[in-house]
Amino acid sequence: MLETLKDRYSRTGEESTVRSLLDRESVRSAPFWGPPFLLVALFVYGAVVWNGVLSLTDFTGIGSPDYGTLDFENYVVAFTGGTPTWSDLTVDPIWNSAQNTVVLMIVFAAVCLALGLVLAILVDRGIRFENTFRTIYLLPMSLSFVVTAKFWLYMYNPQTGLINIGIQALGFGPVEFVQNPELKLGAVAFALIWQFSGYAMIVYLAALRGIPSSHFEAARVDGASTVRMYRRVIVPQLRTATVSALVVITVFALKAFDFLFSMYGGYQPGPSADILATRMVREAYANQNWAYGSTIAVVLFVMALFIIAPYIYSQYRRGEL
Amino acid sequence: MSDAFAGGSDRRDRLKRVALYAVLVAMAGFYLIPIETGLMTAITSPETYTGQTPFLPPLEPLVSGTGSFSLAPWANAFDGLARGLANSFILVVPATVLSGLLGSMAAYGLTNVEWRGQIAVYVLFIAGIFIPYQAVLVPLTQFWYNVVPLQAAFGPLAAAVPLVQEYHWKLVALIVTHTAYGIPICTLLFRAHYKKLSDEMIEAARLDGASVSTIYRRIVLPLSVPMFAVVFIYQFTQIWNDLLFALTIVQFGDASVVTQELVGIGVSQSGTNFPLRMAAALLAALPTLVVYVLFGDKFAKGVTA
Repeated sequence: MLETLKDRYSRTGEESTVRSLLDRESVRSAPFWGPPFLLVALFVYGAVVWNGVLSLTDFTGIGSPDYGTLDFENYVVAFTGGTPTWSDLTVDPIWNSAQNTVVLMIVFAAVCLALGLVLAILVDRGIRFENTFRTIYLLPMSLSFVVTAKFWLYMYNPQTGLINIGIQALGFGPVEFVQNPELKLGAVAFALIWQFSGYAMIVYLAALRGIPSSHFEAARVDGASTVRMYRRVIVPQLRTATVSALVVITVFALKAFDFLFSMYGGYQPGPSADILATRMVREAYANQNWAYGSTIAVVLFVMALFIIAPYIYSQYRRGEL
Repeated sequence: MSDAFAGGSDRRDRLKRVALYAVLVAMAGFYLIPIETGLMTAITSPETYTGQTPFLPPLEPLVSGTGSFSLAPWANAFDGLARGLANSFILVVPATVLSGLLGSMAAYGLTNVEWRGQIAVYVLFIAGIFIPYQAVLVPLTQFWYNVVPLQAAFGPLAAAVPLVQEYHWKLVALIVTHTAYGIPICTLLFRAHYKKLSDEMIEAARLDGASVSTIYRRIVLPLSVPMFAVVFIYQFTQIWNDLLFALTIVQFGDASVVTQELVGIGVSQSGTNFPLRMAAALLAALPTLVVYVLFGDKFAKGVTA
């Protein structure tokens, strides 16, 4: 104590400001969070900003982008279609793929959560071989989108696919799934649900385990039926789990590009399964409409923000950051 | 009377139990059957493959129509994917280790310190998890191809150092990119872990005069080993399975990774070679499947903790 006091008195003027600045926790911990932060700032946020600027140019891959003349033409084209100055061709607006993106995201997320919840409740009923069942349900999640696409391309095949063999065994004709405009998006959603519903199950299972067993018992003593008990007592307590599973699953849906690229062997899934993620990469990397691709990327980014911002805000409000 | 009642409810309980297991097993079937079908097809010789019973093992000549057993599809798949598999391993190991290590450092620097600004920095890390790759692809391609002279640097390097090839510059670009995009999720996972570490222990070390970096090396790092397992599993799977970054940064050529090679395999003018394609899909999935079967439990605990 005495020493610290003496220390403090011996520091004077400039020296003490420098010392106290160096002593600050923020500065002393900077060597730890600084380098990773620089990488993220440069590659994630720097790139997002650069992409925003690129979306205002007319860059079509020749030479370097011209940052001298910036305008919102690409956004007008994205929302209304037409022939932009940088192309001789008519460019379709993004509404179709935006709609597909939203439909895919909602169907995929809703079914994943529902199936995950049901599975979690079943697994939570004191079963044997719980670890085995859990590992099996989670197994598809370890696969690459590319691999999943190959498996389901095979499952859906009109001649040799297992699903059509089943349908034909029931006496119906073979059904075309993958190239059928009416079933395409559903077929894609189904395969993605197969891959990720196990994740929702794991998240719900952990949440169920966190609910004190007295809640289950109290409801049972009251004579509530099992279904009622889950609906009235247990499910309302799963809000946090639902939000965290939903956020992760939505992010998986935004990444569905890999799946569609592999399923359709390239950038052309066709209009009824085209999502913003494929449209963006196709415009930039196949059609060389780089600036227009950047524009669609900005739209996707804004859509992602609508999911991220409320999530982070709610985490912050609950003091979980 | 009461006995009969008890017997009835007993039987009902048993029936419920049977129904429960029936549903659980049926769901296990649902999750396994695409993989099982793929495996059975992959061990069928392409010449005898008929596609009538893709889910049955190839039992010819015992059961006709099922095709005969062969490992040729696997050998061919390995030939087709060898380059991609090698490149994927070159990519995935450093990228996984780097993103895990940097994520742990970031989480430490933003957790056990008394500094109010950490929340703002942390929010930027967390938001980074959810940003779709599409939002950065065009700048990334521009950056690696037109801004950084990585390609030019690798020419002389390849000539001087054995085993280094000029095309490796694309893998280096991919490693840096995957590291940067992996840091946010790693930071999140580590921070959840570090918040639970005992404050007293760290406070005591601090009072003993241990520096920030000593505390990290001597106390925090040894206690992070279980979390490193989770993070490494997650990052390994994510990076191994990624297609989009490879497609836009590697594009094509010698540096192609396994997911890129897999997209086009098994298709030719004469139609689809399903045994080859399924063998290739399973071969590409093998590393992550093995990791999941061995460490899946640890992973499940880590993500939900």
